[in-house]
Amino acid sequence: MPLLDIRNLSVDFATASGQFRAVDGVDVSVDTGEILAIVGESGSGKSVSMLAMMGLLPWTATVTADVMSFNGQDLRGLSPRQRRDIVGKDMAMIFQEPMSSLNPCFTAGFQIKEALRLHLGLDKKERHDRAVELFEMVGIPAPEDRLKAFPHQLSGGMNQRVMIAMAIACNPKLLIADEPTTALDVTIQAQILDLLTGLQKDTGMALILITHDMGVVAETAERVQVQYAGQKVEEQPVADLFETPHHPYTAALLAALPERATSRHLPTIPGVVPGQFDRPKGCLFSPRCKYADDRCREQPPAPAGTELGVARCHYPLSAKAEAEA
Amino acid sequence: MLRYLLSRLLTFLPTFFGVTIISFSFIRLLPGDPIIVMAGERGVSAERYEELVQQFGFDQPLWRQYIDYLGGVIQGDLGQSFVTKKPVWDEFFALFPATLELSVCAMIFAVALGLPAGVIAAVNRGKLFDRTLMSTALVGYSMPIFWWALLLIIVFSGMLGLTPVSGRISLLYYFDNTTGFMLIDSLRSGQSGAFTSAVHHLVLPTIVLGTIPLAVIARQTRSAMLEVLSEDYIRTARAKGLAPFRVNGVHALRNALIPVVTVIGLSVGTLLAGAILTETIFSWPGIGKWMVDSIFRRDYPVVQGGLLLIAVMVMIVNLTVDLLYGFINPKIRKR
Amino acid sequence: MAETTMTAAATAAARPGRLKEFWFYFRENRGAVIGLWFFAAFILVAIFAPLIAPHDPTQQFRDALLKPPFWEEGGSLTYPLGTDAVGRDMLSRLVHGSRYSFYVGIIVVTFAASGGIVIGLIAGFAPKWIDTIIMRVMDIVLAFPSLLLALVLVAILGPSLTNAMIAIAITYQPHYVRLTRASVLSERSKDYVTAARVVGASKSRLMFTTVLPNCLSPIIVQAALSFSTAILDAAALGFLGMGAQPPTPEWGTMLAEAREFILRAWWVVTWPGLAILITVLAINLMGDGLRDALDPKLKRS
Repeated sequence: MPLLDIRNLSVDFATASGQFRAVDGVDVSVDTGEILAIVGESGSGKSVSMLAMMGLLPWTATVTADVMSFNGQDLRGLSPRQRRDIVGKDMAMIFQEPMSSLNPCFTAGFQIKEALRLHLGLDKKERHDRAVELFEMVGIPAPEDRLKAFPHQLSGGMNQRVMIAMAIACNPKLLIADEPTTALDVTIQAQILDLLTGLQKDTGMALILITHDMGVVAETAERVQVQYAGQKVEEQPVADLFETPHHPYTAALLAALPERATSRHLPTIPGVVPGQFDRPKGCLFSPRCKYADDRCREQPPAPAGTELGVARCHYPLSAKAEAEA
Repeated sequence: MLRYLLSRLLTFLPTFFGVTIISFSFIRLLPGDPIIVMAGERGVSAERYEELVQQFGFDQPLWRQYIDYLGGVIQGDLGQSFVTKKPVWDEFFALFPATLELSVCAMIFAVALGLPAGVIAAVNRGKLFDRTLMSTALVGYSMPIFWWALLLIIVFSGMLGLTPVSGRISLLYYFDNTTGFMLIDSLRSGQSGAFTSAVHHLVLPTIVLGTIPLAVIARQTRSAMLEVLSEDYIRTARAKGLAPFRVNGVHALRNALIPVVTVIGLSVGTLLAGAILTETIFSWPGIGKWMVDSIFRRDYPVVQGGLLLIAVMVMIVNLTVDLLYGFINPKIRKR
Repeated sequence: MAETTMTAAATAAARPGRLKEFWFYFRENRGAVIGLWFFAAFILVAIFAPLIAPHDPTQQFRDALLKPPFWEEGGSLTYPLGTDAVGRDMLSRLVHGSRYSFYVGIIVVTFAASGGIVIGLIAGFAPKWIDTIIMRVMDIVLAFPSLLLALVLVAILGPSLTNAMIAIAITYQPHYVRLTRASVLSERSKDYVTAARVVGASKSRLMFTTVLPNCLSPIIVQAALSFSTAILDAAALGFLGMGAQPPTPEWGTMLAEAREFILRAWWVVTWPGLAILITVLAINLMGDGLRDALDPKLKRS
């Protein structure tokens, strides 16, 4: 049984103009010691599904799932209180914007020690020692001084390290990193990714990496799942996915990588992810897919078998050559 | 922080001089001979007239009068009451504790109710509690407090007989005003029932004076909280598994307090204006009633002195709020 | 000439759209619409007061002193809301009182706003030292609690409703100056102002035609809010005996006259205050709606 097992997760938001389905029948499973990447454009429901699992969505959201278990515990029936015992302790999350994700009115030390007191019940001295230790683990120089610093006195990369230290403070079994490097300078990005994968190896926790960057996926993840417009469209081990993408969307994403460009112009995917009002009738990707025909436009496809990367496509690609065409 | 403090002090001084100019001009702007105006029906003898001309320096050129006035002000000489002949400064300090006691109670009342109400309303945005509270706050904000005072008197004193109508303490009790704060003095006097009586006298004026600040604080807290609650760091706090009480009451409120403190500071001016009405209605022997009485008695030296002292008080409070603002906003403090 | 026609045509085309958009946002706020209706009713009552009031507001019916409202024992429909201590009809006095409150609101807002806008524009456009002087002077005025300053000004000018209005208008002026200056400063650096300056628009044209219309939203909201506070402050001055003088049926003055009867005749105290509260509340409701509709940016704050 995997550490985290979610099946058929859907999230609906009540908006002024009716219900909006942000996540539509998504499965996620990840095992201890594994790195899973969830890839997709903005608006594909990557973050929302994870926030839903952690119970961090606003009250306008309705979450349904057939299975949602973590560490052998069913998350669906938990009271908010029981959920809070797990969230922040056994599963932790770091966010995209390190500058705005830390409270500007409290020192870094206050914010990290708060979690230590809540979940581990350490006394003042123990909290301080652990906080120093954590700052050293995430590579923050002069931790004693940094503990007393306010977020606005630290750089973006340093704040993200504080966020990571906070997230791993209670030795979580699962760490979710939501676009952890997007808001950072390119030079810092690699450092943060190395830090995350290094911590993952040392502690043996599971890591879910949410990103839109295929390059990040290639460097870090073991298994990838691709999401599009709230649906999971494909899932494969990293090497296989880069070798033979089965869904045209995955293929298009890979083709858009600069390293893979074959012509002078970088290929792009025309159009944008459908929103609340322009949801297609058939396959959600059909308006932007170069292979789409009438069947794609009329009927929503069902996921294919595992040998085809559970691709949600009527005509999954299979040959390497075909994918690169 | 030091530079911030200095820059605040630098704007304080010109405003202070401006305020002295206004209070100085007040008596000299009265239509006709100020001494005759002040004397009114009481009339004034020739010797007394001469004495007053000397006292105010009306025989001197205007600039000379101002320099003398300013010199006096800096040395703490604000002139004498026309009616009681006592120094204005002494009268002010005899009455000031009463106003301070009432204002502090009103402010505590407003903050103690307004802050939590605003927080709860923001957290339950759009729900029944929020809508009820915000409608009530708007009514409070629109309230003519002199009428509100009369209504409360009708209900609590007239119909229920629970609270006295005027004064600071029942006439049964007599003790020395060591601190001037009735709540403290009555406790120190050791007379049984004195403290209760003081509290009873304080209840209605406190509610009346605190109503508008309460409404303002509740509204401002709610809107500041709404803004803060959508910030990323609130999500982070929840992702740590913190209880809603801690997320809203510590992480959100701490940030929302920054604009709220400004509003609390600004309501001090409103509070003093309200004190004028409240003290008049409840015969509360404080600065507000003193000013109104002096205006009616045409005791203009008192009005002039009170005007200056009240303005300086407001300025000091505003300065304190600015400093406090720097203190609660780390971004300013450590710059 | 050509330029003027073009601007005229442009505004004519833009007007209905903007008004419609304004109304769309305003209508969303139910409280604001209710406030608007109450305010409209208040204006109608003020205009047609002599037609609506059943009696002369100053006529004393000596045989009907302190009559309660008609539904209480001893009341009659001749005096629907009762009579005061000298036998004047409460309803008639209330109806006529709306006129005074309306005057106060209109005149105070007009004087405070027009003076404040001009000074604010000057401060925003003038060299730094003039700006500093103006703003210091405004700081000085703001250091005095407005009611106290108004009281003292009335003491100088002599107690009457007119003088109370002048005093209140003076104490409100700094708010408009600050508001106008702040929005002028933020508008002045924008491209369209630079463009107008490059084209060679005169300073006064720049101030009044180019910049001012874009600063109006917060000023309009402030105007609505100070309309209500002006009514409150004028009533407070009347209550303290420093505003309208008896027997004027001004609401605050009526309350002052009624004070000694509060424990004997609740109606002489209740009605004038209720009238003030409802009027002020309606205007504040409307002001909140105006703010939301005119400035969607402020909507969330």
